[in-house]
Amino acid sequence: MSNKKTPIDTSKRNLLKGTAGIIAAGSMPLVFSNKAFAASYRNEPKGGTVTFGFNVPQTGAYADEGADELRAYKLAVQHINGEGDGGMLNTFSSKTLKGNGVNGKKVVYVTGDTQTKSDAARASAKRMIEKDGAVMITGGSSSGVAIAVQGLCQEAGVIFMAGLTHSNDTTGKDKRANGFRHFFNTEMTGAALAPVLKNNYGTDRVAYHLTADYTWGWSQEGSIRKYTEAMGWKTSQAVKTPVGAGDFSQYITPVLNSGADVLVLNHYGKDMVNSLTQAVQFGLRDKQVNGKDFTIVVPLYSRLMAAGAGDNVKGIFGSTNWHWSLQDAGSKAFVKSFGQAYGFPPSQAAHTTYCQAVLYADACQRAGSFKPSAVGAALEGFKFDGLGNGPTEYRAEDHQCFKDVLVVKGKENPSSKFDVLEVVEVTPRSQVEYKPSMLGGELGPFNNG
Amino acid sequence: MDALVLQILNGLDKGAAYALIALGLTLVFGTLGVVNFAHGALFMLGAFCAVSVKALLTLEHVALDPEKLTAWGTPMEIRTPYIESWFGDFGATLIDYSVPVSILLAIPVMLILGIIMERGLIRHFYKRPHADQILVTFGLAIVVQEIVKAQFGANPIPQPAPDIFAGSADIGLLIGFAENAIVYPWWRIIYLIFSAAILGAVFAFLKYTTFGMVVRAGMADRETVGLLGIDIDRRFTIVFGLATVVAGVAGVMYTPILSPDYHMGMDFLVLSFVVVVVGGMGSLGGAVAAGFLLGILQSFASMNEVNSILPGIDQIIIYLIAVVVLLVRPRGLMGRKGVMED
Repeated sequence: MSNKKTPIDTSKRNLLKGTAGIIAAGSMPLVFSNKAFAASYRNEPKGGTVTFGFNVPQTGAYADEGADELRAYKLAVQHINGEGDGGMLNTFSSKTLKGNGVNGKKVVYVTGDTQTKSDAARASAKRMIEKDGAVMITGGSSSGVAIAVQGLCQEAGVIFMAGLTHSNDTTGKDKRANGFRHFFNTEMTGAALAPVLKNNYGTDRVAYHLTADYTWGWSQEGSIRKYTEAMGWKTSQAVKTPVGAGDFSQYITPVLNSGADVLVLNHYGKDMVNSLTQAVQFGLRDKQVNGKDFTIVVPLYSRLMAAGAGDNVKGIFGSTNWHWSLQDAGSKAFVKSFGQAYGFPPSQAAHTTYCQAVLYADACQRAGSFKPSAVGAALEGFKFDGLGNGPTEYRAEDHQCFKDVLVVKGKENPSSKFDVLEVVEVTPRSQVEYKPSMLGGELGPFNNG
Repeated sequence: MDALVLQILNGLDKGAAYALIALGLTLVFGTLGVVNFAHGALFMLGAFCAVSVKALLTLEHVALDPEKLTAWGTPMEIRTPYIESWFGDFGATLIDYSVPVSILLAIPVMLILGIIMERGLIRHFYKRPHADQILVTFGLAIVVQEIVKAQFGANPIPQPAPDIFAGSADIGLLIGFAENAIVYPWWRIIYLIFSAAILGAVFAFLKYTTFGMVVRAGMADRETVGLLGIDIDRRFTIVFGLATVVAGVAGVMYTPILSPDYHMGMDFLVLSFVVVVVGGMGSLGGAVAAGFLLGILQSFASMNEVNSILPGIDQIIIYLIAVVVLLVRPRGLMGRKGVMED
């Protein structure tokens, strides 16, 4: 064995010493800066712009709703960048956004088409993150899509601001740290709607559920059954129907002689339009069962979709996240801004997406960064007002917004084609709030990519 | 028992729509040998003839009321349909009957569309493989769909039946059941009668007219009919137009049952193809029989009693039956030897 040092050994030591010296020297200025420990993050904006990704259904059954979301996003970007009349930024309780973009950067956007299909939505979100450098993804009109894209954003390390998604699972068992939802959920619908149903139809009722056979339908049925059964209603049947069935006659005819006196349609969009229209055609609303007038309930309304059912929605109760007829300052500012830009009032999908874009921008401004963990921390527990739903809080434990819920009814004497629903009750937040642990799931840690 | 009767009625109604679309599909296949995946789009176009007629009848005169403002600050619009201003009650009645009135427009429009489609596109694919025909007609269906969506939007557009047919008929009373035991919407009953009339008319046309006889002869042996000096191609073009009209009027009359949207044709196309295959490719009687059979079985499979034993059977029954029929009778229920067999 030899102790002789080889020239190789010497040069290796020298190389290590040299490298360490260079790293130490290079790091010296940073220890005096507040960015000393700031790790970079996915799609950190480097230039004078920051890119938002708007992932909405541009084709498929929810394309009209997607188009309304996109209109609202464009309006939000204008207002954040200081263009237009400022919309709800004028009424928003947080005043950090100054109309000069976010953190000194002008907001630009890219769009994707979810097609209301999980795989297509994930592909378009992935493209916007990887190719277009989107720092945040937002939008959508389906819970299945929202949950899929939320999972992708968590893996990719960007924030996801959900669009129209109503299933409990989005901020329940499938919640993720990087995902945030402004829209309400089926639990809140059940809690808000049940007392109104009790006041109008009493406690001795037998309900028959027709339920869209996917995550949102199951969630909606579960919540309505939970609250209506608690107040004394019985459930005679709960039948799952395929999404997009078109003709629901074979599911409606068993209702006729089932002994039920209430039909609950846990359907949304085109399915709701078709099942409601056909139920009315089968004379359900003219029937008397158990000595009571038969009635129909549509737990989740969309004004855009309800118009498709024409006169059949008249007098039918449901719930909605927001409605353009609200008279608070925020709603009025948004309706004015949107109506002047496009010539008609915004839908609830437009409202929630506008809010999400503004809330994200505001959180970035308050955090002084676009880093997901910093933005997420700024959103968690954030209390605000002036965005059309009254005092609202982004609950830290599940990233779900808590606010008042609207119970609506199909309007008997509409004054225009947009005047389809009327607000019959504003259910206070305290009545629809639940414990964070109730819906299960774990947020996990933020992922910065 | 009343539940069974109701499901039979549902099945007949559903089957009537399948049969009308499948009849056109199999007619085109039997005459021209073309697998037309755009046939569902023709059903949808028929439905949008009804939407267009309603839109025309309800064209409105717009006046601004400066004293009333919208929520966004512009003067409120007061809209009055021209036809009501001009014709009063008659105008209102015409709007109410817009769906049946639409048939008057749908027949010529669909006939012209069918002839243009056959002369302009389909005839170039007569001798091409079926895969090429499927690709080009499927592509055409998507193009038509997107045009309709761009023009009318993606949401369903309600087309109510005339007020007089808006309610339900207590047909249970007619067949000895208790009052209100079997009620069925008037419009669905009308649709069933209408479908039976159309199916009967098409069969009568093909069976009892010289034109129909030549077409049937052409379906059996195109070359020989051609050698007799008969311009069979021209007749087949007319048959294509006829199939287009049948799909179109079926679409018009279906609008009060299913609010039309741009995708409705695709929803029916797949089921109608299964109906054609089960009935036997190119067999007119087979298409009609299979349409009604599958419609009724689909309705029975949706009954709670059946679903509680076999959950989800309602969603696969049609395909299950197709598999069984094709295993037992590979050419379908009434298929002929040599059709789609190289």
